[in-house]
Amino acid sequence: MDQTVQSRLLVPSTAKKGDIIEIKTLISHPMLSGFTKDSSGKTIPRDIINTFTCTFNGQQVFKMDLNPAISANPFISFPVRVDQSGTFEFTWVDDNGKIYKNTAQITVS
Amino acid sequence: MQIPSQPTRRQALAAGGTALLAAIAASALPRPAFATPADVQKWLAQQAPGTPTPGKVTIGAPDIAENGNTVPITITVDSPMTAQNYVKKIVVAADGNPLPGVATFDLSPVNGQANVQFRMRLAQTQTVTAIAIMNDGSLWSASKPIKVTIGGCGG
Repeated sequence: MDQTVQSRLLVPSTAKKGDIIEIKTLISHPMLSGFTKDSSGKTIPRDIINTFTCTFNGQQVFKMDLNPAISANPFISFPVRVDQSGTFEFTWVDDNGKIYKNTAQITVS
Repeated sequence: MQIPSQPTRRQALAAGGTALLAAIAASALPRPAFATPADVQKWLAQQAPGTPTPGKVTIGAPDIAENGNTVPITITVDSPMTAQNYVKKIVVAADGNPLPGVATFDLSPVNGQANVQFRMRLAQTQTVTAIAIMNDGSLWSASKPIKVTIGGCGG
């Protein structure tokens, strides 16, 4: 599954000091709810992204706890006010303990 | 003529009938079982203890969702998001899915606005509830019924 899980980010590369920017994230993950069955009638075990966090220069700016009610390939969007240049780090954790990371740079003038 | 150790036609039919009844009973069970309004209240009480006041929270979602597998939801809370007055947490629940919880969001003044977007599954027509927990401990809520024509959750 590691090869197929890919995350995509939409983060502006530049912003003015004090601007509120909108960050959009998407990760390809099946978000198996634990309620579906395969063709032979066996329940497919739950495997979802259960936590998503975003840090900016090491400080947490956003955290989301996800439940099986979140759609496959979770799309998450949220605002952040930026006062300085830096790096956003995004972390997704799934039920099997797999951690997916991505980063984005922003230059603030 | 009959060999006693073999089941008679009557016995065989009776056994088959019992198995058939069991199969019908198993298939008639609700699958998956849906959360009850009590489950939703319980889950919300765990995540956001207290009594919420209706207001300040807006749930942006289609009135009718054609596909319950992916329904875009926007939750906006009317808050200046300053160090003195900000939204600490947003809790989202739904009363018609197998589980009541949908998501929780941790926010802080650094967000600048209290506005989150995501996509959720809706197994059937149901009401989505959002509660905002402010930094002073007050709770604000909103609910929105969403009609679903094709359910999600593999139902």
